Amino acid sequence: MSDFRIEKHPILTPPSAETVTVIWKGRPISARAGETIASALFAQGERIFSYHHKDRAPQGIFCANGQCAQCLVLADGLPVKACMELVCPGQKLEPVDGLPVLPPVSGSARLTPIEEISVPVLIIGGGPAGLSAAIEFGKRGVSALLIDDKHRLGGKLVLQTHRFFGSYDAVFAGTRGIDIATKLENELRTYPSVQIWLQSTALAVYSDKKVGVLKDGRRYVQVKPEVLLVTSGAREKSLAFPGNTLPGAYGAGAFQTLVNRDLVRAAGRLFIVGGGNVGLIAGYHALQAGIPVAGLVEALPECSGYKVHKDKLQRFGVPIYTSHTILSANGKNSVESVTIAALDDKWKPVSGTEKSFSCDTVLIAIGLDPVDEFFTKAGEFGLTAYAAGDAEEIAEASAAIFSGKIRGLEILRSMGHDVGVIAAEWYATAEILKSRPGKTTPETIPDGESGVFPVLHCIQEIPCDPCTMVCPRDLIHIHSDDIRCLPCFEVSDPAKACTGCEKCVTICPGLAIVLVDFRKDADYPTVTIPYEFLKESIEVGDRVHVLDTEAADLGEVEVVAVRAIKANDRTVLVKVKAPKAFAKKIAGIRIQEDDVTKPMDRYAERTADDVVICRCERVMAGEVRALIRNGFRDISAIKAVTRAGMGSCGAKTCTALVHRLFREEGVPEKDIIDQPKRPLFMEVSLGTFAGNEPGSIKDGGDRGRY
Amino acid sequence: MAATKSATDVIIIGSGSVGTPAALAMAESGLRVLVLDRMPSVGQGSNKGAIGGIRATHSDPAKIRICLRSLEIFSTWKERRGDDIEWHKGGYMFVAYRNREEKALRELLVTQKAFGLNIDWLDRSQMLDLVPDLNPESLIGGTFSPDDGSASPLLSAHAFWKAAEKAGAKFRFGEIVMGLIMENGSVRGVRTDKGEYHAAVVVNAAGGWAAEVGRMAGLDLPVKPDAHEGAVTEPVAPFLKPMVVDIRPTDSSVNYYFFQHSTGQIIFCITPNPSIWGLETRETSSFLPMVAHRMVSLIPRLQNLRVRRTWRNVYPMTPDGFPLVGWAREVKGLLLAVGMCGQGFMLGPGLGELLAHVVNDTLPTKDREIMGLLSPYRKFEGQEKLK
Repeated sequence: MSDFRIEKHPILTPPSAETVTVIWKGRPISARAGETIASALFAQGERIFSYHHKDRAPQGIFCANGQCAQCLVLADGLPVKACMELVCPGQKLEPVDGLPVLPPVSGSARLTPIEEISVPVLIIGGGPAGLSAAIEFGKRGVSALLIDDKHRLGGKLVLQTHRFFGSYDAVFAGTRGIDIATKLENELRTYPSVQIWLQSTALAVYSDKKVGVLKDGRRYVQVKPEVLLVTSGAREKSLAFPGNTLPGAYGAGAFQTLVNRDLVRAAGRLFIVGGGNVGLIAGYHALQAGIPVAGLVEALPECSGYKVHKDKLQRFGVPIYTSHTILSANGKNSVESVTIAALDDKWKPVSGTEKSFSCDTVLIAIGLDPVDEFFTKAGEFGLTAYAAGDAEEIAEASAAIFSGKIRGLEILRSMGHDVGVIAAEWYATAEILKSRPGKTTPETIPDGESGVFPVLHCIQEIPCDPCTMVCPRDLIHIHSDDIRCLPCFEVSDPAKACTGCEKCVTICPGLAIVLVDFRKDADYPTVTIPYEFLKESIEVGDRVHVLDTEAADLGEVEVVAVRAIKANDRTVLVKVKAPKAFAKKIAGIRIQEDDVTKPMDRYAERTADDVVICRCERVMAGEVRALIRNGFRDISAIKAVTRAGMGSCGAKTCTALVHRLFREEGVPEKDIIDQPKRPLFMEVSLGTFAGNEPGSIKDGGDRGRY
Repeated sequence: MAATKSATDVIIIGSGSVGTPAALAMAESGLRVLVLDRMPSVGQGSNKGAIGGIRATHSDPAKIRICLRSLEIFSTWKERRGDDIEWHKGGYMFVAYRNREEKALRELLVTQKAFGLNIDWLDRSQMLDLVPDLNPESLIGGTFSPDDGSASPLLSAHAFWKAAEKAGAKFRFGEIVMGLIMENGSVRGVRTDKGEYHAAVVVNAAGGWAAEVGRMAGLDLPVKPDAHEGAVTEPVAPFLKPMVVDIRPTDSSVNYYFFQHSTGQIIFCITPNPSIWGLETRETSSFLPMVAHRMVSLIPRLQNLRVRRTWRNVYPMTPDGFPLVGWAREVKGLLLAVGMCGQGFMLGPGLGELLAHVVNDTLPTKDREIMGLLSPYRKFEGQEKLK
């Protein structure tokens, strides 16, 4: 296998080594059976998939999620989304270079009528919300059809190597996202009343209340549901800056997909734009996969993601530049560096503060938009529809699990099933799980200098409670029904003090609990630190830098033990001996050296004015801005003139950027007229709609995509 | 807000396929023109639903003559005015797979040739030379008119609008006409949801809303919108030269047609059978399977071409399939340019010039016949053969 595979990962097990050979640009390459074309190409170090027909600009991936269409390649002569299409043995892959030639065919097609089925409930999206809802139908033997466009269930849960925040009781907090996906899927698969179609994409909700579905990626089926549940998740927002479509500049979710789902070392060195949870976690995932992170910029004065995520990332040695913005991604045919600058209080870059970092990948993690078009259309057409998870409101996956479950019960009740009372607390919990981080309390370090006890470096209110559930002596509490309040460690009966069992250290999703043990050596207590990197990467006798909560370097200490036991589920516990002067302040270990985070000697400027607003049609910001300045307020008119939004993706990524340009030009939101949304959700061949029987006709690209 | 009586000569209701080029022609003839449209920008009614085909190959002298003029305007726009409206001279091909269509097309050919159209009958092999991907099975032949073509309705509408404004026409978007201001049987202006505007001439170019506007003047215009769906595919390298039209009716549809736009995209639409009446723009589940089945049967190579977007819009239909153009008899000063039956885009520029002549009372003698044929007061006896 090539150098771009992740062969060892602290949390994930690399998939089977079964390989298939495909041809890329005439050269045989080895791919993993069952992986996407995009991952197969990245695993070869290929980042340029195509050249845009408008200006021959190199094209890489952006979303790796089937939402945009930037990753097109020709597979046996036909354009496909590389991020969605799985490799087939012997397949000939080529970049799309200019307009592709429509392959000639011989003979005439054998067309069959389009299948139409009725279902009581159709669920679009098998992520946390969809799975949780489907389970409620399954439990009660109610028929439902769950469709998902990917080749496996779980949605974005399958990208999450970290333990989940949220409520231990309600949504498996403390368990890793990937494992929650498996749990939910395994449970769902025991219920025969729920049918599951994978690689099946909803294409449109029609006014006659039918939902067009591309089943198994090849057959068109019209589904007529009595109730539609939209749990289609979210898509990543794009950002406008020079070089924003260079191969190597792409979404954080795309990165997590390549790295955590497909175990491809997608980047050599990373820079992250956006300090929300997605960006922070992506940084963590990169480090876990052994990919250095040069830094992270956040435009706001403080990261909007959980403080524990941010603190953790900083402790690992990733600088976080708040009140900074990205000026450009630089490079000729792909990203070679990134340039950032500080922002003044009017959000303008401050001249003289520019810094560049060498990196081959810039992750855009500035937020998510709900995939809500099916829900909106259903509403317009009077089809009974519900939404849950990110499709309803962007929040954590734990919130999606819960809102999916509630929505499932609500639908069952609306269908006349007795589901009992849906408790008011459930709705309260759902709201709590969705909540943004709350206030931060200054950290207090406990006084004690004897015995053993945990130090909770958890000082910001977030919905999370696993530490309170695992203490065998019940010494960690949240003094409220509201799990957003801070946990505290308290011993009332000295006979029932902390035993140093390490359970709280292991389960904390924020890696924010360490254990300080004075019992063996009161001057040099042993500090137990959670560590989710390869256990081979740290050894007894190593000297490591330890840091306090907010990443101030406390000094170098020696590793005295490395504990990796099955019960701790891949969380390694590293024990260091540290002087009592700072032992209780230790929150983590630095794992990344300074050299990867150093700015370049001189900052790089991008001369090309390629701020792309519409990726599909390569419409530049300047073109749209000029129209806005000319008085254009109707986005349909902007589209008519520039083609922004006419591309393959259906204005999924450019709409928000156009709104942003309006904002920058001082146009109030109420003056902007949005364009109507039209099907299809993604491009599907005429043959598919015609009911072409796969294989009924010969052509160069006959692999069933009709 | 209200304009004074002297500020405006003509108010055009509707900035669509007809109203926009009409505003241009009138403004360039020296008239002071105000265009009112309920939509937020130009061409956002049915104009943007047009697929962009432009042909002079009709079955009657009026439309042939108007569209010949339109073709000239579209085809020379870029060189005369500068902006690219994606004009593409690919011709129109009508296919005949059965004797019935062969007979109908050959009969029309006589009229078409009589009006000087560049159109001919092609036999099977000539057809296949021109479009090698046509299904050869039972193909008889067809007609081909090389001078027809296509342009982008979206870009054209913007180009006409820009040129009209440059010529002095004023446009007010996002205003809904609520009533006509009448005085002694004459129209004196228009009342909208935002104000009143005065002019001695009001043009009803309201497309799908034409009957509604007619009622404001007490007219019962026989214009009924019916809904059609259209779609566009991904772009591919050029492989299809002409617009292909198949007029064979089936149980669920009448004709359908498609062409490869200058961007490389195939744009297509179909006429449902029976018609679906009303100002309906919501997408149906039946459209794509219906049209795809017919297109893939006709050109199997299309099977791998991916559909990108669909839309639905209306054809303002008249009883005989021909437009209603001319002065209203019941109300002085009200000029009708309605009922384009889905051909507003191709008729618009030529018709706009005619309307300017009508308002200025400078209609050339040769065009009087057109006005007679399209008179709103004609007897709706015939039936358009090439809808």
